[in-house]
Amino acid sequence: MAGVRVLVGTRKGAFVLSSDAKRENWDVAGPHFAGWEMYHLKGSPVEPERIYASQSNGWFGQLIQRSDDGGATWQPVGNQFQYEGVPGTHQWYDGTPHPWEFARVWHLEPSLTDPDTVYAGVEDAALFRSTDGGHSWQELAGLRGHGSGSSWQPGAGGMCLHTIVLDPRDPGRIVIAISAAGVFRSDDGGETWRPANRGLRSGESIPDEDAEVGHCVHHVARHAGRPDVLYMQKHWDVMRSDDGAESWVEVSGDLPTDFGFAIDVHAHEPDTVYVVPIKSDSEHFPLDGQLRVYRSRVGGNEWEPLTKGLPQANCYVNVLRDAMAVDSLDDCGVYFGTTGGQVYASADSGDSWAPIVRDLPAVLSVEVQTLP
Amino acid sequence: MIRVVLPVHLRDLAHVNREVQVDVVGEPTQQSVIDALEASYPMLKGTIRDPITQRRRAFVRFFACEEDLSHDPPDAPLPEAVVTGAEPFFVVGAMAGG
Repeated sequence: MAGVRVLVGTRKGAFVLSSDAKRENWDVAGPHFAGWEMYHLKGSPVEPERIYASQSNGWFGQLIQRSDDGGATWQPVGNQFQYEGVPGTHQWYDGTPHPWEFARVWHLEPSLTDPDTVYAGVEDAALFRSTDGGHSWQELAGLRGHGSGSSWQPGAGGMCLHTIVLDPRDPGRIVIAISAAGVFRSDDGGETWRPANRGLRSGESIPDEDAEVGHCVHHVARHAGRPDVLYMQKHWDVMRSDDGAESWVEVSGDLPTDFGFAIDVHAHEPDTVYVVPIKSDSEHFPLDGQLRVYRSRVGGNEWEPLTKGLPQANCYVNVLRDAMAVDSLDDCGVYFGTTGGQVYASADSGDSWAPIVRDLPAVLSVEVQTLP
Repeated sequence: MIRVVLPVHLRDLAHVNREVQVDVVGEPTQQSVIDALEASYPMLKGTIRDPITQRRRAFVRFFACEEDLSHDPPDAPLPEAVVTGAEPFFVVGAMAGG
């Protein structure tokens, strides 16, 4: 019987939430890796029992865990993330050069075709790839080496490569995003890269309106059936690209605030997009204490608030960049986690919501696997 | 045989109890003890020392015989009581946070 498995990374461990296709009754397993920061877990699209997880903390560093049985048991694999060659420097917050230093893995993106191939986006920003199931990692150094790397500067959360978008039509095309450098695109499997930020405006932090890099992109999502259309939640502004990140236009439209972190696209409707507006860059919580997902059915600009089942008073949580996901059941499910430890699910494309769990540690990431 | 006491997170990771014992080749030092520990428990590689530089992680401390040995050279001999097994070698997560 079809079902879903929701992979939740939190500040203090990982949780696996499972349900049948009705998505009403949930089994909650965890915490796995109790006490560790679990920035991200994601399953292989071609071998769903294979799940990769990023485990870290400030004392004992980074580990990568792998499960081959759907999250029931785990084995540590490789944790050597060595920058290629002399790492060089990027800009520090005060504008001075700062040596590139590995801190943690923010995001793991399993290949769309090979369960042993997985990409890792790390802080300080770089892209690594493993082709042996996570045992060894090699940097795709063309990204940092393409020319602008020395000018990249960290965002408030660190200089992290947090988004990796693979293209189901073309394994050579990879789109990644870095805070606060922006979007970069490769068309040759990660060997060479170029900035892909045309149309982004970041006047609040970059004086040059047409700056090639330096944009604080928070997350990028796309629909698998229409990979050239990308949606972006930037620091401020919701953006859309119709040409594979060659250029971007703003589609914030009638959103009450266009600041936010998470964004995702409906599994079956390429023009249906979800965001969670956050009040501002200095107040990371929903407007007026009302937790609202906004949905556009027309690819942006026109947005409707989705409130049924969500707290509409005294709610001051945040929804982080990797903490929203969709399943691909016939009636698309939408999921998101909050810094208050709630994971909400909608089994009807966002029309109504219910909490799966209410009291987890702060949620860092949410991914969903749709199971046969 | 050197007795090593691990912090909770590393015990969980290695699936061991509070104290483990390791055989050290040559003179017991911080470096040779951690080498032996990692050989017996490969999942601990990179958690006590940086996997690239092999330097002790900033928030890890080494204690023995009521002394903080963290800033001793990695190849300095360990106290005789640790070498004989009378006292354990402690790997400790430094106090941090608020």
